[in-house]
Amino acid sequence: MSEATTVAEAPTIDSALPFNDAVPGAVIGVWAEETDKAYFVAPDKLLPLLTHLRDREQYDLLSSVTCVDYSAYKGKLRAGISERFDVVYHLYSTKKGGGPIRLHVRVPENETVPSATGVYPGANLQEREVYDLFGIKFEGHPNLRRVLTWEGFHGHPLRKDWKEAYYEEDAKPFKSRHPGGHYQWHEDKLPWGDNNTYPQGWDPDSWKEPVTYVPVSQAPYHGYGELDTQSIVINLGPHHPSTHGVFRMLTRVEGETILALEPEMGYLHRNHEKIGERNTWLMNMPFTDRLDYINSMSNNLGYALAVEKLLDIEVPERAQYIRVIMAEFTRIINHTWSIGFILNDLGALQTPALYAIEEREMILDLFEEVSGSRMMCNYMRFGGVVRDLTPGWVDRAKYLAYDRLPRALDQLDELLSGNEIIKARGRGVGYLSAEDLIALSVTGPMLRAAGVPYDIRKVEPYCIYDRFDFDVPTLPESDIYARYYIRLLEARESLKILQQALRDIPPGEVNAYASATLGQGFGTIMGGKGGYTFRPKEGEAYARIEAPKGELGFFVVSDNKPNPYRYHVRSPSFINLNALGPMSVGYKVADAIVILGAIDIVLGEVDR
Amino acid sequence: MFGTGLLKGLGVTLKHFTETFIDDRRKEPSRYEGSIQVDERRRIIHQPISQEGLLTIQYPEERRLLPERFRYIPMLIWDTEAGEDRCTACGICAKVCPPQCIWIVRDSDESGKPITRPAEFYIDVAVCMSCSFCAEFCPFDAIKMNHDYELAVYDRYPQLVYDKEELTVPIEYYAALWPTQYAAEEAQRAKQKEEERRREEEKKKAAEAKAQAQTAGGESGVAKPKRSKEELEVLKAQAAAKAAARKGEEGGAETEDAEAAKRARLEELKRKAAEKAAQRKKESGE
Repeated sequence: MSEATTVAEAPTIDSALPFNDAVPGAVIGVWAEETDKAYFVAPDKLLPLLTHLRDREQYDLLSSVTCVDYSAYKGKLRAGISERFDVVYHLYSTKKGGGPIRLHVRVPENETVPSATGVYPGANLQEREVYDLFGIKFEGHPNLRRVLTWEGFHGHPLRKDWKEAYYEEDAKPFKSRHPGGHYQWHEDKLPWGDNNTYPQGWDPDSWKEPVTYVPVSQAPYHGYGELDTQSIVINLGPHHPSTHGVFRMLTRVEGETILALEPEMGYLHRNHEKIGERNTWLMNMPFTDRLDYINSMSNNLGYALAVEKLLDIEVPERAQYIRVIMAEFTRIINHTWSIGFILNDLGALQTPALYAIEEREMILDLFEEVSGSRMMCNYMRFGGVVRDLTPGWVDRAKYLAYDRLPRALDQLDELLSGNEIIKARGRGVGYLSAEDLIALSVTGPMLRAAGVPYDIRKVEPYCIYDRFDFDVPTLPESDIYARYYIRLLEARESLKILQQALRDIPPGEVNAYASATLGQGFGTIMGGKGGYTFRPKEGEAYARIEAPKGELGFFVVSDNKPNPYRYHVRSPSFINLNALGPMSVGYKVADAIVILGAIDIVLGEVDR
Repeated sequence: MFGTGLLKGLGVTLKHFTETFIDDRRKEPSRYEGSIQVDERRRIIHQPISQEGLLTIQYPEERRLLPERFRYIPMLIWDTEAGEDRCTACGICAKVCPPQCIWIVRDSDESGKPITRPAEFYIDVAVCMSCSFCAEFCPFDAIKMNHDYELAVYDRYPQLVYDKEELTVPIEYYAALWPTQYAAEEAQRAKQKEEERRREEEKKKAAEAKAQAQTAGGESGVAKPKRSKEELEVLKAQAAAKAAARKGEEGGAETEDAEAAKRARLEELKRKAAEKAAQRKKESGE
């Protein structure tokens, strides 16, 4: 590392000292501007530092690994950065709770970073993602190949110099649309067939997808007694109803028993993050709806919190309550949905799923009434929510929270929890110890079903969750049945929060920066003309929420421009898939389907 | 006991079945309560939140009653009272549109001067993501969200590229779809108009008072003597000489002065902007 990289050393050296005692020379600088602790780490000392943090400092959860390409950075704060890439790690502690430790590792182009998979196996998919989208090689990664794009993809799309097909401009709004722009049909501009380029030396005709992927290729071979059988590779998916979308499980099976399983995703990849960097800050809000399309409200919330951190703005009391109410209704939707579809995967086709999501329609009616859309709500804004609740909304919501939803959950519980088939298929299937789950960066209900009371609403409260009285249910079994039952328990806790929030919701303003009346266009966000574009101060922010599926994090970097410089989604569905392979090994193919169902993925969020 | 799970499951299904079945046998099933009968076959169903049983709506004969805030595709408002588009072709909706699916061409008058009216207005509804930002940020209430969701056509292009004619709806349509919001906007509009009228009146009054004072002053004061023709000629000649001199010394000290002035003006503007920003920050902090 050259001298230029240590931008803000010295002044806060004492906070860096502890790690420097244990791992001398690991931390080479402190980012003074950030709210969270952010350290610059020498690449060669990364692994000792991570090991130290995991073993001695209890930072056992590697939450997020991502990267920023600083080659086009226009701001002043990081003018001294000579290395192009900055790999960012967020570490949390499931034992201590509280905020993250953020590690920055600067790497020039064409250099490698040591892979963290040896210390945190959960870095597996995320490092593959960084390799795929940025082209940074992780030394020592057991299976470093593209994960979201395919092997014949030319270039690394999140690099700032990579341009997509139909590229127009670096940032929206595009000039051609303003007064004076005529309609153009894009397909006319770039005829099909001309926009395909392949990596050098790569021929689409001669390429055959290897079936020898690690770890499928390394699966142990063992015959069964006198029957000398051969293990075979089976593709589950991508077009299969049990995979909840377009998702492939590459399995090596011995009879019906799974020897190795490798998740293959990216069929729905649209490079959400690149789109997010082209967009203005506000424009990303409706795009977050499309990540986990079952929980658009919590996606909105996570993104709003991240940008509010950058903007340093307060949210009015009433809006806080509305946000909590929406997020908890969303959680109930997601959990009942998830329960219904675990049943689906068990073979109880459609009927229990329909009963499970019956009440969802009522909640969606409420969402539609306030936001205008059932699923793509686009309801939160920076500094509050877009519109106030409609008259009578709270009463209807109360009817749901006090009367109807408890009844529905009771009915589900009564119907399913004692069912012999669910018990027989669920108990003891898909076991993974709590330590393994944490090491694999798994969060959310899966972790709580393994007895770890890790809920971000409690350990690092956001919004106003610290005001409500609710428990974090845990179950010790860590199997399919526990993962089913924990969701029911959590939905009940959500009801508790809802009941308190609906009781206490105060009157008042719903957006600190909204103009006085409804629909008065200008200034819904920051006030004054041009409220639709604003420039957050330079810096970076990471906000995370306890989304129904796990930890949903948004990492944003601003260079004081109307568009985000970097916009990263730490999606729980994607990272929880780390555990799919280890969980399924040793079980039957039919169990693997349920194990996947109990992870509860949405492909919109996995593939982004 | 073995088998209870099965019986329980069958029981729940049977309960749902009988509830719906009995309800359907009634002369007016409970799902029709509070619904609007359009004609013999068609009705719009208002589903109460306490509805039990099966929730099937027999589309297309039966439809849901959409909430007021339902948003689908934008529409342009034609102000029937004023007889013109409310749109002024300012382009804010095009700038704020996340998928950038709005194209606007500003109209111009006979002499080619651009005027505040759109000549063309396109929305590619195949691209539109129904976020309603355009409606949210339009300062003239000229673009709103339509409730019409039956847009299926055979081809994307050009059928799904809506032009101005296809997008424009009369204001009465909007008022019927979005009654509460329309009323709120109209109230705001009326208030603004009232405010404007009041201000105008005050201005008029002030002007009258000023004029009166001036005429009073003019009577008592002495009128300024006009310059004579000779004097004017002299002045003209002086100005011409000055202009010639300026032309002569190109790149001289004077242009440097101009640049310095420009810089100073830039600094002044920057300072003002910073002040404004600080002010806004202070306001927003409260």
